[in-house]
Amino acid sequence: MESITSLIGISIGAVLINNFVLSRFLGLCPFFGVSKKLSSAIGMGMAVIFVMAMASSFTWVINSYILVKFGVDYLQTIVFILVIAALVQLVEMALQKYSPALYEALGIYLPLITTNCAVLGVAIINTGVNQLTGNPYSFIESLVNGVTSGVGFMLALILMAGIREKLELANVPKAMEGLPITFITAGLMAMAFLGFAGLNFFK
Amino acid sequence: MEIFIPVLIVGSIGLLLGVGLGVASKKLHVFVDERVSRILEVLPGANCGACGFPGCSGFAKAVVEGKANPSGCVPGGSKTAHLVADIMGVTATTSEPMVAVVHCKGGKKEALERAVYNGIQDCNAAIMTGNGSKVCQDGCLGLGTCVRACPFDALHITANGVAEVDAEKCTGCGNCVKACPRKIISMVPKAHQIFLACSNHDKGAKVKKYCSVGCTACTLCVKATPSGAIKMENNLPVLDYSANENFITACYKCPSKCFTDKVKVRPVANIDTKCNGCGDCVPACPVPGAITGEKDKRHVIDKEKCIGCGICLDKCEPHAISLWGATSMHKISSRDKA
Repeated sequence: MESITSLIGISIGAVLINNFVLSRFLGLCPFFGVSKKLSSAIGMGMAVIFVMAMASSFTWVINSYILVKFGVDYLQTIVFILVIAALVQLVEMALQKYSPALYEALGIYLPLITTNCAVLGVAIINTGVNQLTGNPYSFIESLVNGVTSGVGFMLALILMAGIREKLELANVPKAMEGLPITFITAGLMAMAFLGFAGLNFFK
Repeated sequence: MEIFIPVLIVGSIGLLLGVGLGVASKKLHVFVDERVSRILEVLPGANCGACGFPGCSGFAKAVVEGKANPSGCVPGGSKTAHLVADIMGVTATTSEPMVAVVHCKGGKKEALERAVYNGIQDCNAAIMTGNGSKVCQDGCLGLGTCVRACPFDALHITANGVAEVDAEKCTGCGNCVKACPRKIISMVPKAHQIFLACSNHDKGAKVKKYCSVGCTACTLCVKATPSGAIKMENNLPVLDYSANENFITACYKCPSKCFTDKVKVRPVANIDTKCNGCGDCVPACPVPGAITGEKDKRHVIDKEKCIGCGICLDKCEPHAISLWGATSMHKISSRDKA
């Protein structure tokens, strides 16, 4: 069974040390696209957590019980993309039908996530070896990794949105307005997050 | 034989998901207001954002939800407004169509350069490096920032190096107004053909040194417009387009020719046989020598000199004067105007 320390280690690792956006550099497109307003950043973050959790569990099952069993785990990428895309579509339809309020809040971000490389990233990482225990990720570990990776993405997105809302008021040179200054901000944030590498859980 | 296993696995997963999605789309089908798609069809589809919503689909949704006015589409104009209003089952309230105009015509020939700019070909960049190459600090830089902002290909940089709006293509979305770093593009009612093509607030003596078509703040245009539709503000005339004024006299009187008249050939006045020779029109005419004639005899208008301002129409007691011309297909007689 998974020890609770392993799960905590995975969580801290996914949120801070190996933050998807700021140290793995995955999922940058929505990171820049949806970080203009704090409210939409929160919506996008929630949607990513949701989809990452779903994708982690589904792809883990498919990987362990189908791909590895038949020795075709080299097909991971294509099968995962297929599963994630279908999953997001299904979730979108279900939300629209049963929870219009949640659909209104997440609806426009869900299709964006279909092709988010961070979601594929977490699915692929879950097929590898857990560096804390040296064993392959178990189902619970994958799920926790998925959820906390989403939390890490949301954290980066919210931090960025907060900074960008303040940047609106700053006197930025005309040529640096908009994306250029945002890229620089993202770089500085990534450097700041590099400091978490000192939290060495991975021996 | 090995190839069959991966093909089978990926194929069956794909088939399963496809069928699942197909079933789900039927089971989870949600009724979407068809008016949204119908409105989307009649919109121009340029996604210019002039309505204040994210793209045409955002506007269509907002209209159906009652958050937007059916006539909110600026480029679509009254035609689109009516179509949208028909779909929504309301009557459209249309506003006057507007077009963008560039308030500068001091190109390479007229305006003096103080430096050679070889940097990035963009007005913002030019302003950052020493506030542009022209001496005039309110002149068009001609580097095309507005041209790139225009979604309708209605702006061009002339051979003379200033931006010019094609009023036929301009839909009035206002993107260029926002894009211009010098803030010298503004929207004027489409019906108005004359506008001031200068934005310089310097004093006359200063302007004369660096631009031959710059406004010298001589106020002759203000005096030529008795209706009071032109006012001087900070050394520059401000035209009030809401007043019933055609600004033809102001355009004619301007010594620096800083007004631009989009009409190439204007209709000219003509005096018919009803003229009683009172001579009231002669002092009213802003062009010296355009109306001639002896007292109590039919007066004549010099077609070469007449600028078509129509002032004499109001002065003529027997309604003997009317405007005739190539551009106006119907004649405007002083009787109609009165």
